[in-house]
Amino acid sequence: MSFLEIENLSISFGGVKAVDDVSFAVEEGSVYAIIGPNGAGKSTIFNLLSRFYEPLSGQLNFAGNDLLELGAKDIARLGIARTFQNLELFEHASVLQNLLVGRHVHNTQSWWRQLLFTGSVVEAELEHRRKVEEVIDFLELAHYRNQIISGLPYGVRKKIELARALCIEPKLLLLDEPSSGLNPEETEEMGFWIEDIRRDLNMTVVLIEHDMSLVAEVSDRVLAIVNGKVAAEGDHAFVQSHPDVVSAYLGDAQ
Amino acid sequence: MRILFKTNYKQDLNLAKHGGHRFWYGLLILILFSAPLILDGYYIGEATRVLIYAMAGLGLMVVTGFTGQVSLGHAAFLAIGAYTNAWFLAQGFSSFVALPMAALLSMIGGLLVAIPAARMSGIYLAIATLAFSIIVEDFAGHLNSITGGNRGMMVDVPMLFGYQIWESWELYLFVLCILIIATLAVLNILRSPLGRAMIAVRDSEVSSQALGVNPMKIKVFAFTVSAAITGLAGAFLAHYMMFLTPQIFGILLSIQLLLMIVLGGLGTVHGVFFGAVLIGVMETGISIGKDALPFSIGGLPGIEPLIFGVILISVIAFEPTGIYGRWVKIRSYMEFFPVYRRKSFKRQRSYLKTERLR
Repeated sequence: MSFLEIENLSISFGGVKAVDDVSFAVEEGSVYAIIGPNGAGKSTIFNLLSRFYEPLSGQLNFAGNDLLELGAKDIARLGIARTFQNLELFEHASVLQNLLVGRHVHNTQSWWRQLLFTGSVVEAELEHRRKVEEVIDFLELAHYRNQIISGLPYGVRKKIELARALCIEPKLLLLDEPSSGLNPEETEEMGFWIEDIRRDLNMTVVLIEHDMSLVAEVSDRVLAIVNGKVAAEGDHAFVQSHPDVVSAYLGDAQ
Repeated sequence: MRILFKTNYKQDLNLAKHGGHRFWYGLLILILFSAPLILDGYYIGEATRVLIYAMAGLGLMVVTGFTGQVSLGHAAFLAIGAYTNAWFLAQGFSSFVALPMAALLSMIGGLLVAIPAARMSGIYLAIATLAFSIIVEDFAGHLNSITGGNRGMMVDVPMLFGYQIWESWELYLFVLCILIIATLAVLNILRSPLGRAMIAVRDSEVSSQALGVNPMKIKVFAFTVSAAITGLAGAFLAHYMMFLTPQIFGILLSIQLLLMIVLGGLGTVHGVFFGAVLIGVMETGISIGKDALPFSIGGLPGIEPLIFGVILISVIAFEPTGIYGRWVKIRSYMEFFPVYRRKSFKRQRSYLKTERLR
């Protein structure tokens, strides 16, 4: 049994079948990329994995857990972290506070201890802070630590969202278009980080990506989705040259 | 400009971050405690009212400012706290029983509202809380045996260790102590995981869930804490008023509370106090000013709401971050003096949000 297994997943919004009988499996320790034209249903797959949507049919299994038995709030606790395509940071909080929310799943202090801010809460807070600082070091965010999100440029916010997901210390990281809105250098940097996350932090990564050079650089396997259906799966060279994928992006040659 | 040299993560957990904080907040507390030596009875009474407003505002701030759940029904928690306190005192219990009971019953009220309210948001939540407050007001009007109904109810003075608090300065000090404790509790919540989760739910419920926060639980918690603090404020309001009628706890009081925290600065503890002082000073000022004006103007009905309304609209139009937001700007202007950029606090273009899931 694979690390993450998705079987016959389907969902429809009104008459639109956004995801139609999609199955794939991700091996532990690999980087798995999902590509496809806009509106193909890639982000919907992530939202299904996050349990924001209820699937029409299908199975979602992660490391022996049936995700369909859980709610959206329980997913992080299993060790699945994600980023959002259009950023969902806590705008009116500082970078540090945002990252510390990522430690929420590791909080074991009862509410009345927090109310009194007892010694054990202080200890726990210091421990969270140390972990957060490790991530800050890793992604080179020290400069922005105490700034409020709403004043930061897009590229930095993108990094902060990745950092926040890493603070969960997940086993599986879902990245929704990590390079969108980044310039070529920042995209290259993102590629290095994804490599590092897999190699040094031993996380499995699933990413949705449009930048084919980034996909080619980091991914072990690629899944192409077209109109909610699987068009091709394999290594990136195979998928990129698959006739169905080519026709989805470029149209058919008459 | 002050540059902090940090050598320990613990420094970021301290409430007073540097010597300046310690000095100014220490001075403030000293002045507040010595106020009865300086001010006469009337002004001490007014100051007590400001403190009570601040306590109620603090309660509302927890749920509206930090958790982002608009409540138009906080007068109901004031009412529950006020009547519970008055009733227990009337039965001969001391304030040691009456005050915790006021907080507890208000808390239970908060829990009852929160469980359905946590599933709502925005305008629907506002309407639901408004409905709750109307129900409580009506209840107080009809529950003759406990509240005295519309005829009203006398409130006994607070009693501690068999000592009755008659003097206004004694009540002032009592309220001040409880307010400081409540403020510390709120500050503690804000610097621990619960407070961050509250802010997370406020700013993006979707991603808070993806990070393992249970928004439902956080909202219920916020409502409960908020109701407890507001209930305490209600208990003191009863002492301040000395006579309770259900009409006191109408929609206008709820709106006034909301107004207060918006004027002060939504989402900050400072804002609560700025707002309370502003509203308190305005009320006193208006009533003094009304006497000074000729009766044909000062005696007009509705002059108070008019002035409040004008001030609220101007604050929302010119300084949406409230008095505290303005103060932060002034402070950073002074800190960075020659090199301050006017655009420092210009709001950034907000980037497209993830398509909302519901």
